[in-house]
Amino acid sequence: MPSLKDLRNRIASVKATQKITKAMQMVAAAKLRRAQLAAEAARPFAQRMEAVLANLAGGMGPDAQGPALLSGTGQDKVHLLVVCTAERGLCGAFNSSIVRLARERALSLMGQGKTVKILCVGKKGYDQLRRQFEKQIIELIELRSVKQMAFSDADPIGRKIIGMFEAGEFDVCTIFFARFRSVIAQIPTALQLIPAQIPTAAAATGAQASYDYEPNEADILATLLPRNISIQVFRALLENAASEQGARMSSMDNATRNAGDMIKKQTITYNRSRQAMITKELIEIISGAEAL
Amino acid sequence: MAAFHFELVSPERLIFSGEVEQVVVPGSEGQFTVLSGHSPMMSMLRPGVVEVAGRDLSERLFVRGGFADISPTGLTILAEQAIPLAELDAAQIEKQIRAAEEDLEDAQTDETRQAAAMRLDQLRELRSALSI
Repeated sequence: MPSLKDLRNRIASVKATQKITKAMQMVAAAKLRRAQLAAEAARPFAQRMEAVLANLAGGMGPDAQGPALLSGTGQDKVHLLVVCTAERGLCGAFNSSIVRLARERALSLMGQGKTVKILCVGKKGYDQLRRQFEKQIIELIELRSVKQMAFSDADPIGRKIIGMFEAGEFDVCTIFFARFRSVIAQIPTALQLIPAQIPTAAAATGAQASYDYEPNEADILATLLPRNISIQVFRALLENAASEQGARMSSMDNATRNAGDMIKKQTITYNRSRQAMITKELIEIISGAEAL
Repeated sequence: MAAFHFELVSPERLIFSGEVEQVVVPGSEGQFTVLSGHSPMMSMLRPGVVEVAGRDLSERLFVRGGFADISPTGLTILAEQAIPLAELDAAQIEKQIRAAEEDLEDAQTDETRQAAAMRLDQLRELRSALSI
């Protein structure tokens, strides 16, 4: 049986924790709004880009040999996994669920005898993957200093991926991130970047318009595809940022509620033992008086 | 003049969307003007100034890296960067260019040198766009 002082201390410490989690939840809620707005604002660009690419790719015809970014290297021996996670913890299962998806993919690819390379964006994913895939991880990109994700943060990552592709360091590139559905639902997603996946349905409808191209189709496609990679990375990072804040908000909400429950329970125990103590003392006094 | 729909989009946000009458686009092969009913076309952009004119608006924006897509429904410009010229100040840019030049000289590692060089290039493009 803990003493009254112990109980009091315990309640005080849970209360302090609750204040912290409550504050974190409110901060996450504010950040979530901003991240959500940013993710939404970025959508038109990505949609246009997709439409244009579908148009171009559709116009190329199925037999035309497109740029390598579109058609791939013709092999799938070496896979590059880009794992985007948060820089900070305390956001529920957010990081682990992305890592789990990436880990499963990596293991199944390795089981098929393929070579896997991992590029970590975000420290938390790196920490979790390092234990198992020390040799496969080629680099860690930290975005800790980034407050509001801008295109100029995503662009270097995209360029790096393309640089590696052009150097023949991998055949297939997949990016892992959490798609933001709602505050309580973030869906870990794997998206194939290279070879680019262009929606074929859109390509069919877009091919009807006869376009003039300046300078010419192939050149435009060759310039757009690398840019599209950067855009996709940017989008993934934005979605991830929103998901992270959403996950943090709901997990901190849970934590605050748990702390509240705990305080209630502890207070009851505290009051009971205080009462018991008083009763005991009274009994002692009374029986002492009776003995006289 | 007949109006058509014009959109200017950057990766971060939709910068301009509305009905306009005339847009001058800095295409990679040369500047061209888009009016209503332009034939479908797609063009790369070089860093330069987009001039938008409508019934009661006229706007000049600096754009970098991207392309223009003219479809029967209107004109869309996708630019990696777009800044309204009104927000730019020649003296400010001169100052930034000087700072960037200094950065380039002081750069210790390859990475910072590259970053500084890129910044300097971008600022020079901006300056040349302004002086037009």
